[in-house]
Amino acid sequence: MYACLHGPGNLPLLVECARGFSPHIEENPPDSAIFDARGLEALHGPPAALAAEIERRVGVKVNIAIAPNPDAALHAARGIAGITVIETGKEAAALARLPVNLLSAAFHNSEVAESLHLWGIRTFGEFAKLPPLGVAARLGDEGVELQRLARGEGYRRLRPIEDPLEFEAELELEYPVDLLEPLAFVMARLLKEICERLAARALATNEIRLNLTLENAPVHATSLKLPVPMLDQKAFLRMLQLDLSGRPPVEPVVKVHMAAEPVKPRRMQQGLFMPSSPEPEKLELTVARVRHLVGAGRVGSPEILNTHRPDGFAMRAFAPDVLRGSVGVSSVAAAPELPRLCLRRFRPPRYAQVLVVNRQPVRVMSPSVSGRVAMAKGPWRTSGEWWRDDRWNRDEWDVALDSGGVYRIYQENDSGRWFVEGSYD
Amino acid sequence: MGAAILQLRSELQARFDAPFGIAKRSEQRHLATGIEAIDRLIGGGVPCGTLTEICGAESSGRTALMFALLSESTRRGECCAWIDAAGVFDPTSAAEVGADLERVLWVDCGGNAEHALKSADLLIQAGGFGLVVLDLADTPARDARRISLASWFRLRHAAERTGAALVAVERETHARSCSALRIGMKRKQPVWVGKLLRGLALRAESDKHYRVQTAEFVAVR
Repeated sequence: MYACLHGPGNLPLLVECARGFSPHIEENPPDSAIFDARGLEALHGPPAALAAEIERRVGVKVNIAIAPNPDAALHAARGIAGITVIETGKEAAALARLPVNLLSAAFHNSEVAESLHLWGIRTFGEFAKLPPLGVAARLGDEGVELQRLARGEGYRRLRPIEDPLEFEAELELEYPVDLLEPLAFVMARLLKEICERLAARALATNEIRLNLTLENAPVHATSLKLPVPMLDQKAFLRMLQLDLSGRPPVEPVVKVHMAAEPVKPRRMQQGLFMPSSPEPEKLELTVARVRHLVGAGRVGSPEILNTHRPDGFAMRAFAPDVLRGSVGVSSVAAAPELPRLCLRRFRPPRYAQVLVVNRQPVRVMSPSVSGRVAMAKGPWRTSGEWWRDDRWNRDEWDVALDSGGVYRIYQENDSGRWFVEGSYD
Repeated sequence: MGAAILQLRSELQARFDAPFGIAKRSEQRHLATGIEAIDRLIGGGVPCGTLTEICGAESSGRTALMFALLSESTRRGECCAWIDAAGVFDPTSAAEVGADLERVLWVDCGGNAEHALKSADLLIQAGGFGLVVLDLADTPARDARRISLASWFRLRHAAERTGAALVAVERETHARSCSALRIGMKRKQPVWVGKLLRGLALRAESDKHYRVQTAEFVAVR
């Protein structure tokens, strides 16, 4: 059975009322909503009782029709005032007195309407009584389809409206909250609501946005970007707490708004003989804790940038392929045959005073690296990005000090200052 | 007295499996460094599930050895964490050695040894990392000495539980009895060819089982 609610100018109200009965709702603009009422007998009793319950819940005067198919319910609701219940097999009789112009929106613009008007057909009953072969010969497929509707026969499925995939929740607080602990309770409630809605649709999220409306300050916005889709309410809450404790709101909070970006959940099948990798949910929380400890931008995977700039790298979120769900061994180039000498890079480079004799550095003096130069090789000039403020232009030297350490030092050609860039180790 | 001990023993045996037996240690996994001389010296590689110390002065090859280990581990598919107390990790050098940087979680502690220790604890407790490196080589000696033996023991215990190879890189040994293996690195001499620094001749010492063994290799640029 299908139930249709018809009330001019009340479509949002009708849809909202229909949601209380079924998730499968079809909107028929401008003023009708149909929902699937099959299986509601056990809950509300016979169709007449269901119709009475709908009338009670909707609260305003509307037409309600319950019929075996969506089209019959729609036509009955549009044409008959009050409550109409049509039993199976009695659709044609119930709809017989309805004016033929109720048939469908397409009907008004078609030649079929004009033909029926000229033939003197005014009601569903008169149209239904016409011989089908004659209707097919004179009005074609469209006429046959409309005659079937006039008889109350319908085989089509409901076209349910799709809810927009928005996972948001907000709460206006009764009084401003200035402590993080009571705020955590509010966030936990909103997260629970969002996570349940995501779980109901078999989705996860890779981004959570939190907007805190403050009493006398602009909105405090923060975003939690995850390298892999997750749906762990407790982990989200802890990460948001860590984020807020590192950067707390400057004023008491009066409203909390939270939104999650829906994505398909991570599906991972690891190889039996692959090394184990950290659990993404646990790792994300651990990384958030470490980030809170050492500061943002200091934790992640380094990515070498496509530049000749010394120390050109960017810190990315740690998300190895094994966590994202792809299985396989690393695809980097083969390791060198011989052990490689590596640099330990001082950040920032250490300012030094260098004594130069015959264009060769002979002594390095800085707070941490100091000594007579036993051997120096260079200079190697490097420069780049001259059009930028942070351009570089310098002469590099490899020096071995008499203390035993081997260092890379350089002189900035613009300023003439010397620095120790790092030690070879 | 003897009867009391026997009674105590029988009560403990009823509650625990083998209170007086010698627990058998499962066969230990090793992470190869890829440097043949070093792997031969330490019996196949750095042991997993325990703490290893790599000590040495500046330019003694500690980083060359660790980057080789990092490269081998990431190439085998392990996820690795590098806790860098002084913020001296050079991604370019690591990439040149062949490390898959996507599998390296780098924590730059900006010179704070306490943060480094806490980060190492958090990461090793999280589990799933095959190799966790705690780089204290550029940490001032007074800060490194402040790390208590209890902290080292806690880290070692966490490594045992998660099966990760925990490696501490230092100037001198600090973990003492908490480390299962200590590799001492020494520089012999830099190798100069023409106007180029071609490498460093290095020497590694392992005092495993109170027997000092050495290996020599050259790290080239």
